[in-house]
Amino acid sequence: MSDWKFMARQLVKNPLSLAGIIIITVFVIIAIFAPLIAPTPEGHRDPYMIPRDGYSATPQPPNEEHIFGTTEGQYDIFYGVIWGTRSAFHVGLVVIGVVLAVGIVLGSLAGYFGGVLDEVIMRITDIFLAFPALILAMAIVAALGPSLKSVMIALTVVSWPSYARLIRGDILQVREEDYIEASRGIGASSGRVIIRHVLPNAIYPTLVMASLDIGAVVLAAAALSFLGLGAPEGYADWGQLTSFARNWIVGPSSDPLRYWYAVTIPGLFILFFVLGWNLLGDAFRDILDPRLARR
Amino acid sequence: MGLRSYIIRRLLLLIPVLFGVTIFIFGITMLFSPIERATLYVTDPRQMSDLPAIIETYGLDQPFWIQYSNWIGQVFSGNLGWSRVVGMPVWDAIWAFLPATLELAIFATPIIIFTGIFLGSKAAAHKDRPVDHGTRVMAIFGWSLPTFWLGLILMMVFYGYFRGLLPPSRLSIPMEMVVNSASFIRYTHINTIDAILNLNGAVLLDALRHLILPVITLSVTQVAFIMRLMRSSMLESLGKGYILTARAKGLAEGVVVNKHARRNALIPVITVAGYVLAGMANGVVITETIFTYKGIGWWAWQSAVRLDIASVLGFALFNSVLFVLVNLVVDILYTRVDPRVRLGGVMQ
Repeated sequence: MSDWKFMARQLVKNPLSLAGIIIITVFVIIAIFAPLIAPTPEGHRDPYMIPRDGYSATPQPPNEEHIFGTTEGQYDIFYGVIWGTRSAFHVGLVVIGVVLAVGIVLGSLAGYFGGVLDEVIMRITDIFLAFPALILAMAIVAALGPSLKSVMIALTVVSWPSYARLIRGDILQVREEDYIEASRGIGASSGRVIIRHVLPNAIYPTLVMASLDIGAVVLAAAALSFLGLGAPEGYADWGQLTSFARNWIVGPSSDPLRYWYAVTIPGLFILFFVLGWNLLGDAFRDILDPRLARR
Repeated sequence: MGLRSYIIRRLLLLIPVLFGVTIFIFGITMLFSPIERATLYVTDPRQMSDLPAIIETYGLDQPFWIQYSNWIGQVFSGNLGWSRVVGMPVWDAIWAFLPATLELAIFATPIIIFTGIFLGSKAAAHKDRPVDHGTRVMAIFGWSLPTFWLGLILMMVFYGYFRGLLPPSRLSIPMEMVVNSASFIRYTHINTIDAILNLNGAVLLDALRHLILPVITLSVTQVAFIMRLMRSSMLESLGKGYILTARAKGLAEGVVVNKHARRNALIPVITVAGYVLAGMANGVVITETIFTYKGIGWWAWQSAVRLDIASVLGFALFNSVLFVLVNLVVDILYTRVDPRVRLGGVMQ
């Protein structure tokens, strides 16, 4: 366990990963306390649907009542970005969780047993990896019908193969170790060997790295939502909030930046969320890469 | 094993992958009922009353494998269905929109490659110094940026604040008229190249003005990717024995870095050309959508939001075939560039 302490100390010492940790912590706090930060108005049924203040098309600038202003259709931007943090964690955690579960099961089956099973699983990953990811995700969402659930399914379908491959590679390395041979020798079942000996020694680094991919998942989901293939209209979702600003990029010629808030604010939330995870991921990569660490 | 038998083996290995890809794409269409799938072939609203006839003609109520072989036969003869969005066959739509996208790629590719390699080797040569930290932060920002948002911000500044300096779409309306006039010969449908061939400076300038923002938007993530890859490849190469030798015999640091280290560091970077292409294919959809730049990505987006499944799946199939072929070419090039790669060894 001193490995973990060492790693934690490295992460806090490095200003970039420290910044990442702080950013993520802030977002976690926002997500947990969303109902206190942006209380749902009385009589508003679904807290994830952004409350509207009228139906006028023109966005309204920040004011006392709407501190980040309102978008096209008078959706409150502040409410949207705060509750959008919850949606982001929801999408990111569910997708990464399912992807890892599928990746671990298929990757360890392929890596541990090898042979025909390995060949079949790897050829299936080849098929999925033969598509540019976002394009395949877009096709799947279009086929399933646009919704947040379709986005999560699509992102899971396009992401699991790379994790299955990574985990398989890790397991191939560990499989030949003496202690695996030893536990097989004393008659442990395959399941026991995999779960008790192979997995713990093979995949922790991969799991840590993968969980930091939440940022990438949220970015892809935001892109799909922005393209109009994600959350239903009015759902608290950063990608959709950004797309509401599409018709309001350029203001009247007397004041071309009049609607700056409508596009800038939701985009900054996406940027910082993804940045937080990537800052942490970059530092981890350096710590875990022994070839670079030696220099 | 010779190069020729290597290529043949690789081509044979493509067959199961492409078979799987087509099964997968076809499997997605099978999520729909025969009637819904029949509408994918409808080219005229009046045909809607004849849906049973279409189901009959295309055998849409047959078992999976029969339908699959019918469908794959259609695909091989170029019939990917009908694109409702633009009112032409999907295959024709792909070719009609491809030149615009190629134009973006022609400008973005060299920018991605040269900027990425330059910044990456700079960072490695100055490891742990300000240049290295600066480029690292740039790279992390680069791939954390939502590109759709970056494009909108660029447009807000360079189209809004600077009053139409760098506008969206492909050409301004007057230039559009010039391009479509009889005296302007459209050799390639790639505006900049056609403008040069027609010796028309005004069209060339206008086309370039419309290209700057989309090209930047498309390149940012990929530059960050290549830059980081080049950095680690360069670090690896700088730690090799031959670099020590070169330094020991008194070569100038510039020669050591630029000649000895960088050339060897480029080899692993070549292998990701396929991934850069895939990244660009993803980026093209977003970039073209934001800038209403009517290329293949814009068409795919229009098709997706209007649930034009035939077009979306045709587009996905086209991209995967392209991606797989590019990866094959990259692997073959790799064996030529790096003689250390043993052809037999690559396979397993």
